[in-house]
Amino acid sequence: MRITADNLTLRYGDTVALDALTVDLPAGSIYGLLGRNGSGKTSLLSLIAGHRRPTSGTLTVGGADPFENAAVMGGTAFVRDVVDATDAEPARAALRFAADLRPTFDLDYAHDLAGQFGLPLGKGVGGLSRGQKSALGVVLGLAARTPLTIFDEAYLGMDAPSRYLFYRLLLDDYVADPRTVILSTHLIEEVANLFEKVLVIDRGRLVAYDETDELRGRGVTVTGPAAAVDAFVAGRTVLGEQRLGGTRAATVYGRLDAADRARAADAGLDLGPVGLQDLFVHLTGSAAEPRAQEAHR
Amino acid sequence: MFDDRSPIYQQIADRIKDDVLSGALKEDEQVMSTNQYAAFFQINPATAAKGFAQLVDEGVLYKKRGIGMFVSPDARERLRADRRSRFFAEVVDPMVAEARVLGVPLDDVIKHINGGSR
Repeated sequence: MRITADNLTLRYGDTVALDALTVDLPAGSIYGLLGRNGSGKTSLLSLIAGHRRPTSGTLTVGGADPFENAAVMGGTAFVRDVVDATDAEPARAALRFAADLRPTFDLDYAHDLAGQFGLPLGKGVGGLSRGQKSALGVVLGLAARTPLTIFDEAYLGMDAPSRYLFYRLLLDDYVADPRTVILSTHLIEEVANLFEKVLVIDRGRLVAYDETDELRGRGVTVTGPAAAVDAFVAGRTVLGEQRLGGTRAATVYGRLDAADRARAADAGLDLGPVGLQDLFVHLTGSAAEPRAQEAHR
Repeated sequence: MFDDRSPIYQQIADRIKDDVLSGALKEDEQVMSTNQYAAFFQINPATAAKGFAQLVDEGVLYKKRGIGMFVSPDARERLRADRRSRFFAEVVDPMVAEARVLGVPLDDVIKHINGGSR
């Protein structure tokens, strides 16, 4: 389902959770939503899932306002790191309940997934370990087979093998049945290859939105004699820098073309890639904030 | 499997080119589908499709509608010619530069290449 937000703003009292966010997410992709704790990820996802109403601005999901909209919410699965089920209820009953509630829910697939995660389905939900609760949420989200599936840091509590199993199951199921998936995380390196596009939000604002591969090529470290680095980075967006004696290393945001690279080589400068995780840290670190805004403009 | 130094689709394209050059992928041989590739390497199918599309644009692969993608008959020769044209600039020149920095006489380098002892 296509999601469009126009000047989307959400305030809780004096706190601005989302600040005039405008973005268009075409249907049928896996999106990564990256942001620090408290950056507005869950607020944005709650709005998309129809759980909250924006303070101002507009939001449409599949062309309609999602807020308490039965048609939109019926096509949306929203998985958080906690499962909405009563503690005494066995996990098996939670799957059964989801199947009764959602016409798209695939109960056989849910049982298959539960087996792969080693979930004890006879056990009460309250007695499951933290990792098992997360796995139950993931099973409910995948088996819902909804046009829009949202995983809001659903992996919290899962150990590494379970997380990698989740990523593999998600990709396999997406290949078999393409749909819109949004996955919020800060474990970027683990999942980056799964995302077609990445959104980075910081303090309720969108600071980057692009194809994952494009973002990967967006950051460059420029290292060399301070004066030469200064000359090269003049007029560019500098996200961060380090100095060691006469050597300066600057992290620059923005793609370099062949002429830029040749000029850097002539000036005796070393150019290095910046991983997505590092780029994320630079884009959302407080010191880089004013300049990161500039980068987005 | 893939690193963070360059776009993944580029790395996919390079990997397939290497397979064509080495002969691991033969002319007119069918390559994996983008979905198979995505599932195998655990990457987004759109990213894999972008890498494959680049190879089709460059004439390394060709499409058969409804069947899949295949290695072009002249792909290996063309890739070899392309790499050959860059061989001196990308492989030999840096080696010569390193030899100069280290003070290794080029005559010694030539002797070494020819299999003679130093």
